[in-house]
Amino acid sequence: MTLTAYIRGVGVIGPGIADWPALRALFAQGGVHEPAATQIPPLAVLPPAERRRVGNIVKLALATGLQTCTAAGVDPATLPTVFASSGGDGANCHTICETLASSDRMISPTRFHNSVNNAASGYWGIATGAQAASTIISAYDGSFAAGLLEAGVQLASDGGDILLISHDAPYPEPLAATRPMADMMGVGLLLSADADAPALARISITLDGDATPSRLDDPALEALRTSIPTATALPLLRCLARILDGEARSACTLPYLDDLRLTVTLEALS
Amino acid sequence: MHPLHLSHYTATSCIGTGLAAMRDHLRGGRGGLAPCAFETVNLTTWIGEVPGVDDVDLPASLTEFNCRNNRLAWLGLRQDGFLEAVRRTANRYGAARVAVILGTSTAGILETELAYRRRDPDSGALPDDYSYRGTQNVYSVAEFVRRAAGLRGPAAVVSSACSSSAKVFATAARMLETGVIDAAVVGGVDSLCLTTLYGFNSLEVLSPEACRPFDVARRGISIGEAAAFALLEREPDAAAEHVVKLLGYGESSDAHHMSSPHPEGRGARQAMEAALLRAGLAPEDIDYINLHGTGTHGNDAAEGRAVLDLFGGKTPASSTKGATGHTLGAAGGLEAVICALALCDGIAPASTGTLTPDPAIPINLVRAPTETPLRFVLSNSFGFGGTNASLILGRGDA
Repeated sequence: MTLTAYIRGVGVIGPGIADWPALRALFAQGGVHEPAATQIPPLAVLPPAERRRVGNIVKLALATGLQTCTAAGVDPATLPTVFASSGGDGANCHTICETLASSDRMISPTRFHNSVNNAASGYWGIATGAQAASTIISAYDGSFAAGLLEAGVQLASDGGDILLISHDAPYPEPLAATRPMADMMGVGLLLSADADAPALARISITLDGDATPSRLDDPALEALRTSIPTATALPLLRCLARILDGEARSACTLPYLDDLRLTVTLEALS
Repeated sequence: MHPLHLSHYTATSCIGTGLAAMRDHLRGGRGGLAPCAFETVNLTTWIGEVPGVDDVDLPASLTEFNCRNNRLAWLGLRQDGFLEAVRRTANRYGAARVAVILGTSTAGILETELAYRRRDPDSGALPDDYSYRGTQNVYSVAEFVRRAAGLRGPAAVVSSACSSSAKVFATAARMLETGVIDAAVVGGVDSLCLTTLYGFNSLEVLSPEACRPFDVARRGISIGEAAAFALLEREPDAAAEHVVKLLGYGESSDAHHMSSPHPEGRGARQAMEAALLRAGLAPEDIDYINLHGTGTHGNDAAEGRAVLDLFGGKTPASSTKGATGHTLGAAGGLEAVICALALCDGIAPASTGTLTPDPAIPINLVRAPTETPLRFVLSNSFGFGGTNASLILGRGDA
């Protein structure tokens, strides 16, 4: 079973990676990635009251989604969305657990509503006005692949366009010791079922039980790939860079579940 | 959409561990809520606690998943021959062709809440016996069920607050429609924890009594817990006896507020309309609506408005949360199973707990369990973040 779609736009924000052109340049140069703390660009889309209330992981997801839509020249208000994340707002979760373990268990209502795993999806709707379906998919370290599969299945089922936003942020200690994660990272893909839409490449997705996940040549990028669930998308983004640099076809295998992979093939548009 | 089949299903909640007890409660219009005596919680509210969850032993090979949520999942999976049915299905199609798509809102967070009381006084570290992946991580329940059932197909958790386990039906239906899988274990598991009890308390929406959905004097929600499962496939299992069909689903976003619904029920109406469109049905075809009906003032008013706008005031409707409590991420799955029983038995369930229906919401609230032929029913699940999902189920011969 192969799912096929078209990549209309891409966005990426991660450690030492400001956006897709920066990552593409890094792939093209074969240069060495220099890790630096993830910087989330300022968000103008949320009303000030909401902006004060949201955690960094929501800001990251919104910035990644907006970067992707801007790159594709598509109005976010029109799009259904698939959010993918291996967990929720870790900092918020830590504070709630600390409060609940203390003598005064009264947690703040804002902290509570921010604790839902679909917080980014909810704030995305408030920020952009998007009223279409929105889901949030999690599969531990395979959350990006699970989200990509869900987006591909939705396109095959319903057609149109869909925005995939994968986003992860680390927990503070003591949870960080039980769930290490290097930094925050967001990857966005605007995918379309429409062969006639302006697009960067054609993408085909198949489930594959046995394949070995693709690695990256640059040791720093390879280290990043295995240190944040969303960074498992990097081999797919490298394939896209190769297509944009003139290759006709480029394939990679992404980790999904312990015994299941996702093989992704990108092809240039004629 | 092409109809899909719920070949097997089961549910465990405060109104019964398995379908027989649940049926008894629903036929009698009886609820399972009781004053909260959960853990060390010191709140004046009522809850729907499943008895015996802490006595459940997980399979010896899966002890890393030990937490209340997965114990509840394991208790629920073994009712009504469900696990055996899943294993037969895996033999029929191949384990790699059967997906596990489950909903939860808080997974095993209770385990983390308890571990935070046992932090090392010097380093602050969590105790060595704490397993993040097997308990708190939102995916843990799907990973546990997949391994316990010996499945090897796609798996994921949808954690969209209180619409989670309604949306899993949509996710799995699309996978079936596109041929990615041949069957899916869908449903929801959510269990009592301090985050939701103290969290809803902070929003001042915990009812101090058993909740009274759509009552003129409703005072908020009663939190419950549940494990609900269904086996979804294109053709019904020949051994299945009480098959119902999934005929439609609809999803939408309010794009309005994080914890309050759109006051006119805009997103709720969009989700119901989308489900009708996909099922190829008109509002007048729906014989019963299982309302989201949490029992808060704003939620019931917004949903009532949406139902009145779309269906008028005639379609029989009830919220069963006065019986089960609001089981949050398990509510969509639990209420899909309640709808399946309603279709098979021809009984519209009562709006348990409602004493005086709110005259400002003139829907046709089912006050007592009512025998009536049901062909098509609709179930609503809405959640924080403005997430909305509606399912339409039909009798097996519909």
